[in-house]
Formats: sequence, C-alpha cells, structure tokens
Amino acid sequence: MELPNAYEDLSSEMEVDAFRRLFPLRYFERHLTESIRPDARPLRKARDTTIALGAVASADGSALAKIGSTTMLAAIKMEVMTPSLESPDEGCIAIDFHMPPICSPNVRPGRPAEAAPVLSKQLSDTITSSSMINLKELSLVSGKAAWIAYLDIYCLDADGALFDAALLSAAAAFSHLQIPVVSLDSDGKIVIMSEEQKEKISETKPDNKEKRKLTLSTIPFSLTCILYKSYILADPTAEEESIMETLVTVVLDSSGQLVSLYKPGGSVLIYTSAVQVNLLFPPYIVMALEICRDLYHSCRCCFVIFDINIHA
Amino acid sequence: MEIDRADGRTPNQLRPLSCSRNILHRAHGSASWSQGDTKVLAAVYGPKAGTKKNENPEKACIEVIWKPKTGQIGKPEREFEMILKRTLQSICILTVNPNTTASIIVQVVYDDGALLPCAINAACAALVDAGIPMKHLAVAICCGVAETGYVLLDPTKLEEQKMKAFAYLVFPNSILSVLPEVSSPAKGEPVEHGIITSVTHGAMSVEDYFLCLERGRAASAKLSDFLRSLQSQFSGNSSKAG
Repeated sequence: MELPNAYEDLSSEMEVDAFRRLFPLRYFERHLTESIRPDARPLRKARDTTIALGAVASADGSALAKIGSTTMLAAIKMEVMTPSLESPDEGCIAIDFHMPPICSPNVRPGRPAEAAPVLSKQLSDTITSSSMINLKELSLVSGKAAWIAYLDIYCLDADGALFDAALLSAAAAFSHLQIPVVSLDSDGKIVIMSEEQKEKISETKPDNKEKRKLTLSTIPFSLTCILYKSYILADPTAEEESIMETLVTVVLDSSGQLVSLYKPGGSVLIYTSAVQVNLLFPPYIVMALEICRDLYHSCRCCFVIFDINIHA
Repeated sequence: MEIDRADGRTPNQLRPLSCSRNILHRAHGSASWSQGDTKVLAAVYGPKAGTKKNENPEKACIEVIWKPKTGQIGKPEREFEMILKRTLQSICILTVNPNTTASIIVQVVYDDGALLPCAINAACAALVDAGIPMKHLAVAICCGVAETGYVLLDPTKLEEQKMKAFAYLVFPNSILSVLPEVSSPAKGEPVEHGIITSVTHGAMSVEDYFLCLERGRAASAKLSDFLRSLQSQFSGNSSKAG
C-alpha cells in the first residue's frame, strides 16, 4: 500500500502467476477496478449451482449440492426415540457438519477443523429458527415415540461459501426425505418395517401405512458476500475469502423473513447517519434478495423435477 | 404502549453496568464486566512470541479461550470463541507486533442473558488494561424482538427465552483523536454508526432488524460513555503491561 507505484511497475514486468502469489490483494484490486473477478465472474454473480437428490442410497433422504466447486453431501437417517417431557408431541433434529481432510489443504488429518463446530451450530440455529420443519410432524405416538432426524453434512470440497452450500444441501435433503414405515410389534415396541414385511402389513397395526414426506413450510436460502472497500462480492471462493476477510452471510426464507444476518467481525459495515437507517445497506439487501430468489426458483425447479422422477 | 418487564425496566433501559479492571495479578490485563446478574471475567496474556499454525506471521494473532461456568466446552462456546476472535481482530492493530499471540481467556461467572455482548465488552476492557494496541473500542449490545414486534434491549435469560428473535450487535466506539486526518472513511458519517459484528437468532422481518439497529445504536452511545469514563478513571493508575 505504501508503494503503489512499485507494485504497479512490477505487475507489468512479472508473470501473472508470480504477481498473484506475491501480492494477492493487489492482484484482486486490479481485477476489482475493472469490475471483474479472477474467475471471470462479475462482482455480484454467484457461481453455478446444482443439486442432486438421493445421492446416498442407504439414507432416508440425501442430497449433493454444488456451488461452483464447493461440494456438500447431506444425508438424513431417521431413528425412533422417546420424546422429551417438555415437548411430548415433537420430534427433533440433530445436525452435524463434518470437514474431512480431503476437503481443503487447511484441514489436517487428526485435528478437527476449527470451522466445523461453528458451522454446525450456525446450521442448526438457522434450521430451527427458520421454522422450515414442523417438529410436530416428526411425532409418532405423543409422549411415547417420535422421530429423530440425524442430519450429517459432509464437506467434500471447501472452496468458499461453505455455509450457503451446506444450508442448500440440508434443505434439499429434507425435501427428499421419506419417513419410513413403522409398526407396533407385539411387545409394544416400534419397529421399522422392511420391504418384505410390508406385504404382511394387514397383520400388524401400522402407524403410517406409506412412506411420507415432510411439508417444508418455508425454505431458507443464504448468500455469503465479501465486503471490501466499497465493493460487494457475492459467493466468494476460498481464495477470495482468505485474502479479503470481511464476510457477511444473509439468510432469508421464502416468505421474505430475515432468518440471520451473520457478520463476525471484519471492517465496519457501511456508514450511515441515524436518520437514514432505512437506507442502510439497501443495495446489499436488495441484491441478496434477488440472488436468493433466483437460487430459490432454480432450486424449486430442481425439487419439482426430482419429485416427478420419484413418483414416476 | 408499555411492555411489562419483570424487573420494571423500560424497553430501552439497560441493566446496571459495572466493570473493574486489573483484578488478576498474573495476567497482563484483566477485567470483569457485569450487566445486571450476567458477569464475565476476561484475562489477557500477551503479546507472546510466535503465532499459531495457519496464522499469518506478519500480523499479531489473537487466541480466544472460552471457559463456561460449568462443564465442557461445546458447539455454542466454539461459536462464541470464533465470533469474539473475529471481532477483536477487527478492532486491534495487528501490524504493530507481528508474529506474536495475545491470548484472551473468557470465564463466564454467571449467565443471565446477553452473555456474548457481555463477554465482548469484558474482553475489550481487558485488552485496554493489557495495553494491546487498538484502533478503537467496541461496544456490544443484545436486542430482543418480541412476538408483537417490540424491541427490548439487554434482555435477561428469562426474557430471552420468550423472545421471537434476538440480535447481538457490536458497534465501534467513536475515536477521539487529536490527529485531523483520522476521520471516518465515509463522507461526513460518524464511525460509530457502522456495525462490526451482527449475529441474529430466530426469524424476524427486515424492518425489525433495522429497528434493532436503531435502538441498539442509540443505547450503545451510553455504553461507549461508560467505557470511556472507565478509561479516564483508570488512566491515573500505572499499567502493568510492558
């Protein structure tokens, strides 16, 4: 920063790769002034997003979500448990986020990634506060038995915007989830019915005759952005996240409610006078809304298409 | 319309604040901060030589260790550690002491709501006590949004459970500088109107969030004054750091 001219001169003399490694911030700034990012995206464009449902055959619901090369695999396993005394007619959801060493060079085998428990907590906060899932739907027999959904999310490739991809895969896995058929056996215990047992369904008293799906009332969508000087970069890659440190994650649900606005530290967010509170970061909110809606529509389409495939 | 709070406060009223500094003898800096019954003790050790693995050696490294009142550290505490670390990183001047580590140990004494803001305030006071170079101070506040859309400041644990949503907000303290060039980067707008950290729980409308911001910002001025008055109160005492 002290010798901008020196850098300027070097950039014309040096090879691009060397410049990128030696002066990463400078390298990015040169791109930003041209309103482009090193991966040829405009500043406010998210990467291509794909969702594949049913990636894990042994799970009750699963999805593989990709945002650019960030890859998340979410799988749900259902088990029967005794509900707690405080909420006898509610099931529960247990969320765990894993970052195995294959996902990033920063994660070393043997020592767990620092980010994993934090993301795991953030995900469970977001999913519970967005009221995406009505926990009453997970109840089987009030006070006696309810479903516990073990949601495990594996990060296969950590290339930035981890929370966005993880939340997307979680929502997709819940949309794919089919609650298995259970019945009461002679001892009064609840057993999960296998395929063969289904034929003898008339002999036992089944609690739910068919596999059923959860109704997702609202679906939360998140967008992570980098704030750097006056630039806003949507959906950052891991490289961008490591160079420019101020990150903001906005989570909105499909009814337009703000589920979370998460900004842990970083430089001070846009300045505004007290009178103009309503004008505080409107471009950011509006843009987040727009991109979220785009994502939401494309994902909704995916879900619909997959639904048709499942029923066909 | 009035909302009844169990302790008879008005919606915008904070609980009584108290802070004492320099209470631990071995630490380089320490402070205890309490808001009503919520009390947090923070100690700073450092700057110590060397940084942790995967940290930039050209900058000072900040390490936060969260000690809950009882039991083992779990996922919520890990999240608090990370938020606290990122918040403190953004208010400290990290380039003055490169390749050093400052450890901040946060001990929860009693949790009666607004725990994270209380811890941020305590850590900030402890950093001042330790003489760690900082750009400016930060003040943290908790805003709760009730089902009916009311915003309550600094809720207690009981109130927190009844809330639909709440937001932890951290605002920068205004810089009182003798240097004319240290002015806010944005044209004519005071620094203390920005947000350093924002963490929300529960769903709320965007308008409610802005309302929280407005109320929190107004109340943070009071906190800022309190923090500043402490500083002048202690500035006569010799610092142990150095």
